Amino acid sequence: MFISADNSPPSFKDFTLVMPAVAVGNVGQLAVDLIVSTLNMNRVGYIHTDCLIPMAGNNPYATCKEDAEEMHTPGEVYTAPELKLAVLQIRAPIIQTKSKKFRQLIMSWIKASGFSRTVVLSSSHAYQRDDRQMEGVPLRYLITPSLLKVSADALKELGWREMERVPAFLGLTDTNAEPRLCIPGGGITKGLYTDSCSEDLPLAVLLLFCSEGDNIPDAFTLVNHLNDWLHLLDNPAQEPNKWKIPTSWSLLFGSGIPPALF
Amino acid sequence: MATFFGEVLSAYSRAVEEEEDDEDLEENEEDEQIRRELEEKREVHLHWSPEVSESLRSGNKLQCSDFVLAVGHNAARFLSVYVLTSANWDTVGHASVWNERSRAVTGQTNEESACVFYRHKDNPSVVICQVTCYIAEDQLFQWTEKVFDCLQHRELNVTVLSDSSVADYKTADYLCNSSAPFLRSLHTGTFSGQPVCQALEQPNIITGLPAAVLNHCQVHRISTVVYQCYSDVIGPDSVTMETYKPALTKLGKSIQVDCSPSTDILRKFVKTTDIQSNLYI
Repeated sequence: MFISADNSPPSFKDFTLVMPAVAVGNVGQLAVDLIVSTLNMNRVGYIHTDCLIPMAGNNPYATCKEDAEEMHTPGEVYTAPELKLAVLQIRAPIIQTKSKKFRQLIMSWIKASGFSRTVVLSSSHAYQRDDRQMEGVPLRYLITPSLLKVSADALKELGWREMERVPAFLGLTDTNAEPRLCIPGGGITKGLYTDSCSEDLPLAVLLLFCSEGDNIPDAFTLVNHLNDWLHLLDNPAQEPNKWKIPTSWSLLFGSGIPPALF
Repeated sequence: MATFFGEVLSAYSRAVEEEEDDEDLEENEEDEQIRRELEEKREVHLHWSPEVSESLRSGNKLQCSDFVLAVGHNAARFLSVYVLTSANWDTVGHASVWNERSRAVTGQTNEESACVFYRHKDNPSVVICQVTCYIAEDQLFQWTEKVFDCLQHRELNVTVLSDSSVADYKTADYLCNSSAPFLRSLHTGTFSGQPVCQALEQPNIITGLPAAVLNHCQVHRISTVVYQCYSDVIGPDSVTMETYKPALTKLGKSIQVDCSPSTDILRKFVKTTDIQSNLYI
């Protein structure tokens, strides 16, 4: 559940919530890191639950020696009140048998907090795309009916493609099975989306097709697309957005190489 | 993904397990019963001494000002050699934790000695716990909640000693073996003391039981510090054990640290390598 970091609980009324799904390449989580780091957001609370694998570390967004020694947990909420933006960062995998419980926890927190809309940043296995999905921009979106009412024009202007439904049985054209939504490698993304539809929550999903590897470019791609919609960074000139890479992104592929190896 | 020879292999993601579509399928009753029984078997159980059980039953939590938790064989043996040999400690309880990695129990002693709680005879507000068994990811939160539910939180100070391998330590300059073993610290927001060693640098993190304790103490604002010892020796090692000494110096008033234990005691706790593992000396 949500536990406030300060003595008085923060107000999230009418805020936009951006959250990642733990998905292939950790792209959503990396994108959220860029948002928190660039906008210098403040931590206002924790999501303390038995659904996430415990981990702890010092400040991943440290800018100087003074703020380096600040402990962070696997589920934290940050805000930028001037932008009416709240961000949930998830730093650990969801325990397999508890993914449904975690989805319900997040859904009830979203409802109780009064967010005006939620955007889930996610990703899906690139190797499972079908022929249509292999062309064009690898970005897809999903939107619940209640958010579509408000954002239909913005989406039309952005020209994004909605995530395609795939046939239930690939290759068979004469079955009566309905095409269904499939987000391989997306973790709880599909569950969150379908639950939000049935509970009439204003929620959108933004996902990128990608593969495991160096997913930093994917994170930049995803966060730039998000910025095209939400305008988190003010950028009047047509220059590329300046996202700040957090200090925790160092040594992503292991320590320095021992000279004795050669 | 397709390979050169035309076969298709699934690529595994480091972030997610394969699709959980089957989660929503109806399970038959027998499967559900098996799942429930397995869950019950994996529950963490605390067994306290009669005196402590009585006190907890009447609604009084364990009065505790200092709680020292040792996770891992070297951390636990450090406490055994340097602290517990003074014989001023009562065993007040143990936790039983079963998971797939628990070895077959040969008599009760195995299970009992894997997670034991001690209390100082003269100063009963000092409690020590040694954990040498493996606690699975889904049991960590439960263990922490159940243990901390028994301790009173006001003015509680927690110190955790934790073993780790230097292979897990990430640094830009490659670390020569000569600097291991070494300590790194990580503390909660309400910890006001001075750690006895350098802080754990990004991008290193702490996982397992020490992380579960840190998470709990951070959200409940309990003053806690974890000292993680990175060592290049896998088994019990006296040099690694000694590295923990500075961590307890501040508790010197409450906990007497025997600065030079006799070789007999050290020998008792540092077993020579087992015959079956002398392939890697």
